[in-house]
Amino acid sequence: MEFTDEQVQRYSRHIILPEVGGKGQKKLLASKVFLVGAGGLGCPVGYYLTAAGVGTIGIVDNDEVELSNLQRQIAHGTDRLGMPKVESAKKTFQNLNPDVNIIALRGRLTKDNILDIINDYDVVVDGSDNFPTRYLVNDACVMLKKPLVSGAILRFEGQVTTVLPGEGHCYRCLFEAPPPPGLVPSCQEAGVLGVLPGVIGALQATEVLKILLGKGQPLKNSLLIYNALSVSFRKVKVPRNPDCPICGAHPTITALQDYDQGYCQLGG
Amino acid sequence: MREEEIKPDKKIDIRGLVCPYTFVKAKLAIEDMEIGQVLEILVDYPEAIKNIPKSMQDHGQTVLEISKKDDRNWVILVRKEKE
Ligand SMILES: [Zn+2]
Repeated sequence: MEFTDEQVQRYSRHIILPEVGGKGQKKLLASKVFLVGAGGLGCPVGYYLTAAGVGTIGIVDNDEVELSNLQRQIAHGTDRLGMPKVESAKKTFQNLNPDVNIIALRGRLTKDNILDIINDYDVVVDGSDNFPTRYLVNDACVMLKKPLVSGAILRFEGQVTTVLPGEGHCYRCLFEAPPPPGLVPSCQEAGVLGVLPGVIGALQATEVLKILLGKGQPLKNSLLIYNALSVSFRKVKVPRNPDCPICGAHPTITALQDYDQGYCQLGG
Repeated sequence: MREEEIKPDKKIDIRGLVCPYTFVKAKLAIEDMEIGQVLEILVDYPEAIKNIPKSMQDHGQTVLEISKKDDRNWVILVRKEKE
């Protein structure tokens, strides 16, 4: 492909970076990224990936825009209340960059549909707000050997990790199974500073771009923990678990499973 | 080396463009060339006469020549050294 004059202008600040250049920008335009969730994390991740010119962005979410979302979910707006989040996000992103093909899927990922849905994408981004989805997405990405950039937020703290199946750890190497619902903060405990998903989502989007461009070191075998109150970034080593039930030498999980949705939908 | 000895493999005319598009266009042109080939850049934006050679060198390319054609127009010759 050749850049149009508009594209030369739009992506000029990428093109002049030696690590991106015209070739890298063309790679981004040919890439496909799938976002799980159009909430706190999905909004900034989608925003920046759209601005960056990632050619195809798929988004799945089952919820509608509520007033309480707008404290942090920056792709939506007061005039979008009641609209499906994926529709609202699509509108915002299309307006930002018409080069990007936004595929909006209203619904839930399940063990029966996830493999078909994500199979076509280069990278998956988890911005989901619940443990069942988080584990389902991890397991599906490990099975399909798809890079996964996972993020989570609560109160003043957020985490990011990058799963490169076959090369590094997976989410189950880190936490083998979802915590029992009783140990997860209840809805009234699950506050979050509105800007926090912006920080974590921007880090996730950065990881995605690095993977697509093949530049830098991804957060493989490590978990980055950001604390807003102490302004600290901690990078914790996460070795691959040889006995991991999904990515280990002898996996005990050989089929996807749906967990109970008995959790408060936190963070997202 | 005298100018007539250097044969450019590709020429671009970016007169009328300003920074940063002058360098953006020149960079896009050189990306599509082979190592060792020479790009001729025809430019009329005064800033770019300094900036393009500097940026090209920062990116590892060799600036062979900067010459004034007439009152307004300059030619920059760059040899591609690295991807
Ligand atoms: Zn694992």
